[in-house]
Amino acid sequence: MENRMKKLFKLFLIMLKIGLFTFGGGYSMIALLENEFVSKRRFMQTDEFADMVAIAESTPGPIAINAATYIGYQQNGVLGSAAATVGVCIPSFVIIFLISLFFDAFQQIRWVTAAFRGIQVGVVVLILSAGLKMLRQMKKTIYNIVCVCLTTACLVLCSLFAVNFSSVFYILIGAMIGLSIYFVKRMYEHRKTETKK
Amino acid sequence: MISFRLFLTFLKIGAVSFGGGYGMISLIREEVLSNGWLTEEQLLRFIAVSESTPGPIAVNMATFIGSSQAGFVGALAATFGVVLPSFIVILLIAALLKKVMKYAGVQSVLNGIRPVITGLILGTAFILLLSTVANIQTVHDSALLDWKAGVIFAILTVSATAHAKFRKKPFSPILLLLFSGVMGICFYL
Repeated sequence: MENRMKKLFKLFLIMLKIGLFTFGGGYSMIALLENEFVSKRRFMQTDEFADMVAIAESTPGPIAINAATYIGYQQNGVLGSAAATVGVCIPSFVIIFLISLFFDAFQQIRWVTAAFRGIQVGVVVLILSAGLKMLRQMKKTIYNIVCVCLTTACLVLCSLFAVNFSSVFYILIGAMIGLSIYFVKRMYEHRKTETKK
Repeated sequence: MISFRLFLTFLKIGAVSFGGGYGMISLIREEVLSNGWLTEEQLLRFIAVSESTPGPIAVNMATFIGSSQAGFVGALAATFGVVLPSFIVILLIAALLKKVMKYAGVQSVLNGIRPVITGLILGTAFILLLSTVANIQTVHDSALLDWKAGVIFAILTVSATAHAKFRKKPFSPILLLLFSGVMGICFYL
């Protein structure tokens, strides 16, 4: 029992450290997790870790949280996943909460306001480059290209004409199309094998 | 009451966002604007702070927006909301459905969603670009070109592309934000 508490606490501390030292979200955290759990402590095998990353990337929610929950469970069950997730969130929470207390006053300073006008443009560049990076890594199939173009165009047009259409619907439509393509393909293959017989 | 609203909103954001950090940017933007929590300008500032402090961007954004609307309780509610769907889904997968990600059906759903996320991020980037550089939010606004923002955008794009080309690795987001802050002081002060 005491041993288990010790393990939980250790997991919590490792995740606290990772939450405190990752900048720039999910992917940089993956590298730190790999270093901590695979290379240094050998808690996980390399291929097991790769599976975990694939799952964390393709389930909803922040990648870092997904990864922490998964590793926590794998190390120490439900309690482990709770300890890991809380651990990884605490640094974010504390730091941002403290900043938010002073942020309004901070923004009143004249040169800060000026700096933020430049930073706003910087954020747009960051978002744009995140999108372009995903575009480059995407397989260039017809569906993917059409889908990116249509989504981008619809989103911009809806916003320009002040039409309310939540991003949730785009995601659901994408999911449904993906599933339909799968069923159509399967039906087609099924029919081909039938005719061969 | 507003804390409960924050919780539900971020629960939704956590449940349908794929692809990490910027994957949820279009939904966060819609929600904070339609709830009247932030203006577009404030949202961009919040993103800048979330990007340059440690931790997952989504958690930072949730804490920040929650705290700005309802203090400590709001921050707690929003953060809890954005984390909860991840937590439950991953627990289910890790405990019961280890193989679920390998089914062709699940993969095909993800293949359907992936390009949509890319489109949502690119679309949001264009919308924000239009509103920061040209002050256009809807077609009814007449374009009010902010040439300084345009110049900053051009400098940043050129230097980011050059950096990626010659250094063979992407620029650090924090350095880019610092650089754009310095330019903001030079241009606007």
